[in-house]
Amino acid sequence: MNSLLASMAPLLAEAPTGPPSVTNDANWFLENAWLIPLLPALSFVLILFFGKRMPKKGAEIGIAAVGLAFVLAVITGFAWIDHRDNFEPAGTGGEEALVIGDDGLTSSDSLVLTAEDGGEGEKGGEEEGPVPVAVQSSTQWFQSGGIEFNVGILVDGLAVMMLFVVTLISLLVHVYSTDYVGGDRRYTHFFAFLSLFTASMLFFVLSDNILQMIVGWELVGVCSFVLIGHWWEEKPNSDAALKAFITNRVGDVGLIVGVITLFFAAGGGKTFDTLLINNAIVRGEVGKTALVVAAAALMAAVMSKSGQFILHTWLPDAMAGPTPVSALIHAATMVVAGIYMVARLYPVFYEGMQINGSSINLLATVGAITLVFGGLLAFVQDDIKKVLAYSTISQLGYMAMALGVGAWTAAVFHLFTHAFFKANLFLGSGSVAHSVHSFDMKKDMGGLRKFMPKTYITFIIGSLALAGVFPLAGFWSKDEILVGTGGWNFFGGTGGNGAYTFHLTMGMIGAALTAGYMTRCVYLTFHGEYRGGHAADDGAEAHHGDPHESGPRILVPLYILSGFAILAGLLNMPKGLALWPDSWEERFGHYIEPLGASYFPGISHGTPSYSLAIVSSLIAFAGAGYAFYYYFVKVDRLAKKTGVSLTGMPNGVTTTNPVARVGHKVLVEKYYLDHLYNGVIVAFTKGPLARAAYWVNQNVIDGGVDAVGRASVKSGRFVYDTIDQGVIEGVVNGSGKVSDATGEELRHLNSGKVQNYAAIMFAAAALLAGSFIILLAL
Amino acid sequence: MDTLDTNNWLPTLLVFAPLAGALLMALVPEKEEETHKALALLTSLVTFGLAVFLFIDFDYDQSGALQYLVDTDWIEVIGAGYTMGIDGMSLPLIGLTVLVMPLVFVYSWDHIPSPGNTKAFMMLMLILETGMIGTFVAQDLILFFVFFEVVLLPMFFMIAVWGGEDRRYASLKFFLYTLFGSALMLLSFLALFFLAKDPATGELLRTFNMPALADSAGEGIVRSTQLVIFGGMFIGFGVKVPIFPFHTWLPDAHTQAPTQGSVILAAVLLKLGTYGFIRIAIPFLPEAAEAWAPVIGAVAVIGIIYGALGCLAQTDMKRLIAFSSIAHMGFVMLGIATLTDFGINAAIYGMVAHGLITGMLFFIAGSVKERYHTLEIKRLGGMLVQAPRLGWILGFVTMASLGLPGLAGFWGEFPAILSAYNPAGAISEELFRGYMVVAAIGTVLAAGYLLWLLQRTAMGEPSAEFADDPNITDVSTFEWVAWTPFLILIVVFGVAPGLIFEVTDPAVVQSLNECLKTTCEVGASVVAGG
Repeated sequence: MNSLLASMAPLLAEAPTGPPSVTNDANWFLENAWLIPLLPALSFVLILFFGKRMPKKGAEIGIAAVGLAFVLAVITGFAWIDHRDNFEPAGTGGEEALVIGDDGLTSSDSLVLTAEDGGEGEKGGEEEGPVPVAVQSSTQWFQSGGIEFNVGILVDGLAVMMLFVVTLISLLVHVYSTDYVGGDRRYTHFFAFLSLFTASMLFFVLSDNILQMIVGWELVGVCSFVLIGHWWEEKPNSDAALKAFITNRVGDVGLIVGVITLFFAAGGGKTFDTLLINNAIVRGEVGKTALVVAAAALMAAVMSKSGQFILHTWLPDAMAGPTPVSALIHAATMVVAGIYMVARLYPVFYEGMQINGSSINLLATVGAITLVFGGLLAFVQDDIKKVLAYSTISQLGYMAMALGVGAWTAAVFHLFTHAFFKANLFLGSGSVAHSVHSFDMKKDMGGLRKFMPKTYITFIIGSLALAGVFPLAGFWSKDEILVGTGGWNFFGGTGGNGAYTFHLTMGMIGAALTAGYMTRCVYLTFHGEYRGGHAADDGAEAHHGDPHESGPRILVPLYILSGFAILAGLLNMPKGLALWPDSWEERFGHYIEPLGASYFPGISHGTPSYSLAIVSSLIAFAGAGYAFYYYFVKVDRLAKKTGVSLTGMPNGVTTTNPVARVGHKVLVEKYYLDHLYNGVIVAFTKGPLARAAYWVNQNVIDGGVDAVGRASVKSGRFVYDTIDQGVIEGVVNGSGKVSDATGEELRHLNSGKVQNYAAIMFAAAALLAGSFIILLAL
Repeated sequence: MDTLDTNNWLPTLLVFAPLAGALLMALVPEKEEETHKALALLTSLVTFGLAVFLFIDFDYDQSGALQYLVDTDWIEVIGAGYTMGIDGMSLPLIGLTVLVMPLVFVYSWDHIPSPGNTKAFMMLMLILETGMIGTFVAQDLILFFVFFEVVLLPMFFMIAVWGGEDRRYASLKFFLYTLFGSALMLLSFLALFFLAKDPATGELLRTFNMPALADSAGEGIVRSTQLVIFGGMFIGFGVKVPIFPFHTWLPDAHTQAPTQGSVILAAVLLKLGTYGFIRIAIPFLPEAAEAWAPVIGAVAVIGIIYGALGCLAQTDMKRLIAFSSIAHMGFVMLGIATLTDFGINAAIYGMVAHGLITGMLFFIAGSVKERYHTLEIKRLGGMLVQAPRLGWILGFVTMASLGLPGLAGFWGEFPAILSAYNPAGAISEELFRGYMVVAAIGTVLAAGYLLWLLQRTAMGEPSAEFADDPNITDVSTFEWVAWTPFLILIVVFGVAPGLIFEVTDPAVVQSLNECLKTTCEVGASVVAGG
């Protein structure tokens, strides 16, 4: 390994001083952003040890810590805006030498590098003014085998955006939970792990190296395990928790292999530093094969963590956890980790997947398939949370696809807007479930708009935003993704990195599906007549009475999230459509996207187009319209006529048409993937394979050992009886003495056996010694 | 080789303090059980105190050098010397030993296994401690061999007398299997004695002195002979680790041993084998090590997968943990097989982490057995309801065992996998990258068997059989005292891996022959620097 390090030395001497992608001299809040994960981490420890003794059972600690973290995140956000607008790296000013890290460069050197780098930036994009300069503060963690392991933070637009989203959603979830899980048997424990979950995600987001990312990634995973299995008394819940963890472990194999490959191929076997690795890839110093391997391996990690087809199956089951946890997992702390990782290590995927100038690649295609297949599954769910879960899978598919086609900002922006409306919808479904004590839309819901008008309105807002209705948040981000595919060239080309027409088509189908399943969900939950309130098996109905509106600790988070769901899209209005002042355009992209920085590939942007926006909106309306016609007109009319609250037409197409019936069955069975995983792969490993291995162990390997033992006993007895009695006698006496010393029990040992074995020992040793000496002599 | 010989009484004292305690106990009548418990605990605490002095006094800037070196004649007639010393490679393992023993004695305070006889039980454990520490400080092959064998007998009796149903079979198997390995190991040592040459003069060394043999590094021994000698040590140490396919004594020994025996076996005894590899086999015969590396790597990754599959087939909690040891030691062996400083550092980390984590798992298994009188997984369940703290500790240790970052297990596992990407010298990269992927897949299986164990024992509602059993109580005071240091260290070593890596690193670098950086060829081996 050392020789390799030596050969990498020139590269490494150069790397930290390369283009001015990073600084360690910035606003205090940017340099000390590590405080943000630290606060909830401390809160975890405090709640764990003192929570039960607090008047609010620990919830107040969690809320205070996360609230403070949120305030810090907001300040950090403003600090970043200021930094982005005003920070001129010393090198570009040409006044003083650029000093970054340990090595200094002369100003002329750094000027050259900057000029080159600026050139690349111009080529790729349309940014003007100062290039984005990330803020990194890092310290050595430990050292082993000549490799330094650092721990540190990397703050740039992407990280700052995530800090805001995570702390905001987490804060709202904390507040909401004080009501939602109030009186729970493990209330304190629940809050402790909410804090740890938040801290882990923030730690992951701020990681400045890929090893640290693994740590955050896994901690997020274990927190989700604990929270999904919060009610572990019931087996389905612990099953769901195990499934989540083990499925993610499958992806982690990819993560481990990918990180190791990057460490050696791009980090020179010397560094895990994200920026250095990205820099090396952008500069084209990394071999193609290694990048393809790394990108493909990391892809597996993304598929498991971010619920991409075919490793998404844990995500719907994870609904077994309390609803606030679902909101947190789906909006902020877990599933977006995979998307974030791709965005953070974008050069790996941009080069490894060969995104530029292509029309197909693994990442984009997996995303496209996920967004359609996930959307289809949402149609056959009766559980409101499962509708939302498949919706998340579908939306994550959009994000993955966007990253796959090179629309980095669109993906990240969709992550941002999706966080608000999906958290809104999940918390809304929790508000409903809190009231009707069930998640089953068909059995226990219906007509709830009358009972819970406030929840209803926020849910409608979330649904419209998710469906991508103008001018709500989802419209803007989804439109950007479709633009970014570069596949829309009927009315003048749209630029982008390639012509991803297939992906554009899938995205449009997804838009129709999204609008359709949300219409169905809204109808089944809030419209028609209330179907709940029937006597439960255990007669628990007496407590319940009519559904009621939730209290302020549930509603206020819903209002806030609805506000974001309406407005968040305005942060990144497309350029060049002349409907609004230039200064409103692409604010999000300007501050978040690091185009022009040395650690970011020179991606191209698509050109927004009215025609695409209108066509995709029409398609979404068509999807919503069909579902609307089916439920709000046909089903509703029949329901009124018969006086029964219906959840579908009695003779729908799935009962009359054989093809549709098969299709419906495939969807209900979730493409049979669970059967494949649980019934085939897991069952085979746990059952026949493990049993076979154990059988071999007991009967072949150990059997061999026993056979040798038995044979030795026989030959030993022979030796003992005939030849060596005198010698053995002494040994027996010796062991007899030891037996006396160690107490009564030893007397029960079969002394005959000891003799036999002693004999074998000598015989075997003699035999071995002989053969060994013969071997040596050869 | 650099050596420091101030305070050189320390290794001797460390090694023989437990033995002195055992002798003292021999004078006290068997009836006075409390006295025996106190004496044994006190002895182990004194040893711990000596080790604390060692840890303070140790010169960490020179942890690559052998410190506290004693080197006097012992058995002149066979050229065996009384040579002892401590460097960064042995220090963490000594620390592990002296820490585990007092905690085992604390635990034993109210957990003396049937059929009693506190005196003999405690004395055996003290003798065991002498043997273990002795193995880690010995710098002479004969001395090493003696200590290596000293641990055999007490463990044999612990299993044979205080063990479970099938204790006789298990104890004899343990004893004979290990002895079989030792025989080959001894022959290899003898071969080294007769064949090793001084690298400078080319004369025969005729010594058992370990630093001298490491300097000689197989110089002048024909390659094929080197391979055979290494093979002898491979089996000798490999049985002790145990590596596949020499592992079958382990599940039986673990399952039958009393809790204390299992803990010591898992925490320290298995490390004698891996320590032998990095202290003796690799430095003495680097060329042969390079040739053997693909085999070691192969049995390592087979062990990872095979051990995990064995776990999945188990119905007994203790036997499952025993099989998990095989899988975990596979990661340690994979790190060793790379012959890189990074990989061997990871291996030492893995040894310490496995000692803490699996030792802790066996403690829990012992306490479960005591409460439920069974370890049959399908009869257990709902531990989190009946004994919530015990359940949570099991959950925590399970997470540590499956290699969760932030806890100790991760730093043995991930760096070992990492090091396999780029093995030393002329070892095939393609092959080891294959091993890397297999080992990574092993982590999935680890999550599987450990979480299934957790789910079936701790989660859910208690079974009807035990629902109202008054025996099922939460963690007792003695258990807390014995376990808390384990739990704390699992976190500490998870958060601050430098605590071990930075101690072992210089010693590991020192132990690796220069030739491993390029390729080890016959006649071209360069003597280790320093």
